[in-house]
Amino acid sequence: MSASARLSFWTRVVDTMRVPHPFRAFYGMGGKARISFLTRVVETMRVPHPFRAFYGMGRKARISFLTKAVEASVLVVAICFSLGATDASSRFNDLGHRLMCTCGCAQMLGECNHVGCPESGRERDELSSAIAAGKSDQDILNWFSAKYGATVLAAPRTTGFDLVAWIAPFAVFAAATLGTILLIRRWANVSIGKAQAAASAPVIEDPDDRERRERIRRETDIDSGPNGGS
Amino acid sequence: MAAFGSFALLIALALAAYNLFAGAVALRLIATGQPTAVSPERLADTARRAGIAGFLAITAAAFALIWSVFTNDFSITYIMEHSNRALPGAYKFSALWSGQEGSLLLWAWLLGTYGFVLRLTHKTDVKLYAYAGTILAGIQVFFLSILCFAAPPFVLYNGALPDDGNGLNPLLQYPEMVIHPPMLYLGYVGFSVPFAFALGALMMRYPGEKWIKVTRVWTLVTWLFLTAGIFLGMHWAYAVLGWGGYWGWDPVENASFMPWLTGTAFLHSVMMQEKKGMMKSWNMWLVFSTFLLTLLGTLLTRAGLVSSVHAFAQSSIGTWFVVFMGIVLAVCIFTFVLQHSHLQSEHHIESLVSRESSFLFNNLVLLTACFVILWGTLFPILSEYVEGSKVTVGAPFYNRVAVPIGIFLLFLTGVGPLLPWRATSIKSIKRNFILPVTALWATVIVCLIAGVRPWQNGSIDQGNFYALVAFSVSAAVFTAIVSEFLRGAGVISRQTGRNLFAATWLLTRRNTRRYGGYIIHIGVVIVVIGLAGSAFNRNQEQELGLHDRLSVGPYTLENVGFSQDSNLNYDSDYAQLDVYKDGKKQFQMFPEKRIYLASNQPQTMVAIHSTPEWDLYVVYEGSNPDTGQPIIKAFLNPLVGWIWAGLVIIVLGTFIALVPSLTPSTASLRVPATRTAPQEPALKGGLQ
Repeated sequence: MSASARLSFWTRVVDTMRVPHPFRAFYGMGGKARISFLTRVVETMRVPHPFRAFYGMGRKARISFLTKAVEASVLVVAICFSLGATDASSRFNDLGHRLMCTCGCAQMLGECNHVGCPESGRERDELSSAIAAGKSDQDILNWFSAKYGATVLAAPRTTGFDLVAWIAPFAVFAAATLGTILLIRRWANVSIGKAQAAASAPVIEDPDDRERRERIRRETDIDSGPNGGS
Repeated sequence: MAAFGSFALLIALALAAYNLFAGAVALRLIATGQPTAVSPERLADTARRAGIAGFLAITAAAFALIWSVFTNDFSITYIMEHSNRALPGAYKFSALWSGQEGSLLLWAWLLGTYGFVLRLTHKTDVKLYAYAGTILAGIQVFFLSILCFAAPPFVLYNGALPDDGNGLNPLLQYPEMVIHPPMLYLGYVGFSVPFAFALGALMMRYPGEKWIKVTRVWTLVTWLFLTAGIFLGMHWAYAVLGWGGYWGWDPVENASFMPWLTGTAFLHSVMMQEKKGMMKSWNMWLVFSTFLLTLLGTLLTRAGLVSSVHAFAQSSIGTWFVVFMGIVLAVCIFTFVLQHSHLQSEHHIESLVSRESSFLFNNLVLLTACFVILWGTLFPILSEYVEGSKVTVGAPFYNRVAVPIGIFLLFLTGVGPLLPWRATSIKSIKRNFILPVTALWATVIVCLIAGVRPWQNGSIDQGNFYALVAFSVSAAVFTAIVSEFLRGAGVISRQTGRNLFAATWLLTRRNTRRYGGYIIHIGVVIVVIGLAGSAFNRNQEQELGLHDRLSVGPYTLENVGFSQDSNLNYDSDYAQLDVYKDGKKQFQMFPEKRIYLASNQPQTMVAIHSTPEWDLYVVYEGSNPDTGQPIIKAFLNPLVGWIWAGLVIIVLGTFIALVPSLTPSTASLRVPATRTAPQEPALKGGLQ
């Protein structure tokens, strides 16, 4: 369809559809009128206070505000992730997968299944009792850790030196990502600089050279061949 | 036979040592051009022939061990400890890799086999192959030295000969154990070849990128073996360990996964070097790292540095590996420092949003994943050193750290191929991304409607959240790949009049590497969907008396019998379960518990009924000592079959990528005669 045919088609679609009045009016407007209409809508909308305040901020204040917002979002997500399941069986299943069987089988308590395991049965009973006693997840994990040692926890804690285990991967990823972005930007700037230099350099071309180059181009103008591209 | 095997190993060591030294001297003489009494080319050729003879000597040693297993020669300690008379024939082969000494012999034999093929095909590039062959000989000297002096497989039994052996570890008496370890070892050992080519090319300042093309096939074949080995290991863990899962982030599993990640990174970034002359140093170090990680994996598995569910062959040869790794690293660094001027990039990346930068980010994510796994595997040792007590780094750590990285990698898998080389425009992004993004959001909506809710009871359900993200990103990536195929096939279809299917086939054959790669990506998507299904696993455990019933998901299991069986190798107890669905009897299952007589060790034999929707996975956990009744645990594991289907697609894609593409002339011959066929330039423009 051409542009005018497309416009005509959509106009007919809008006309035949039972579009609510304000939208029909909107579709009937010209480009400038539409922008003016949208501006008025935004102005008359009751924008919530923080956003209105945000739009009125300076650049530094905006960055500070956004940083705080990101921090708050991360905190909310972290809290959500740290919240455990609530009913007893779910908690048993969840905690069973955060504790190890201590018999040396290197399996999680919730998954240890070998016949005649001398430890997992007792550990499961202790876990059930602790949940029934109304202890919090953290209290239960601390109790197990105190009794069996830190190896009973299936993952490092988020305190002390163990915190390094959690931070290092993200720190390395962030540093590597940042480094890669900076490197690419630097390379891109170098390429632009080279292109500009090449464009501004005077081109003095010998007709013989030009003919030779054309001949080589003609003779080597073949496809990339097997495995030629990806 | 013990003496024959031992002598064969010693001869192999001597030949490998000659190959190393004669090869090194010859290459040095060729490089310096010094006049000598013996032609350096002839010296290099004797070194090559010594390598071939060395392979025959190692083959003789391996044959001696296999012969001893089959003839029940319990005068050899290794055979006595890893076999018995009643062991079925197929598992007698498994004895070769069931213990430390045997598995090292398998390693040396596979390395010899790779070297044999390499030396036979030396005419491809005599000098480069001479370098690679000499480096391989150096690696072979290391393994044969261990076999001759630290872990000899033919040590004679000290004392009165027993009537029977101790038998094979029951965990290894499973059909996949006949094929999984050789596959994994083919992958591990195979990375020695790209390493040898890379180091050799750097040492000789190899002109151009031909060595990369030579190495690519070796790397791809090796990568395929490692991939298949890892998946077979997963299936073995799933079917034998009986905990309902297939991947436990065990150090041994991690050890195999790390070189896979760096090898995958290399297979991607090497395209940048071939097409753009970029990332030469990076690729060199990727190959070096991959080889070093295979050694590190072996060290972790064998030195007992970290505890593992299935480290079958631990001993004190860790020191040998540490020293060898140190030597390899020193050689790599020295050569790199000496020759790094040879690795200057010819071009640089010009835009943050381009195919080149997507390769770079792909490498970044793969290496971050590798770091996370290495970090998690080694953190217990670090923690013990710093705090004096070991901590456990198990599945919860990896699920929180590695899974998001994996999903991001999947996202890049879809995004990368949609970006053009050099730079892109907003218009091009809009055009290429509209379908995948639509598929993504459509999947999110469908999943939410179907009940995949990340928010449950006021909190985020981690499993559901990851599953939702994985399903939706998978849908986007799948759509992106399929649209890439259709776009290219559409052009061919319009130009040649072929139907879309035939056009897709021709498109794939014209650039097998590219479209084979896309098929591998589809396989990865299928695998990810299968993995995401684990968020919805359910299980029920119950003591099941005669005619008692247990329900899990839509299935009801009824115990209709409980029986025992016996043969020369093991005694077994098994339950006979009728399985009902919608009130109708569907099939029977026989979960089993075996006691192997030679080793007196128990082993679970899981009963699995697999469908595309889910696996019904039933474990006979043993009998209640008080009531004598069987305890049955039934799992309903959604989408597990997709993981194995994904592997099949990955293997298919790799085979396609290995097949040479049709040349333009061959391709044009295949265009129907009734149609005009001047399409090549337009096609080229349309697809790049």
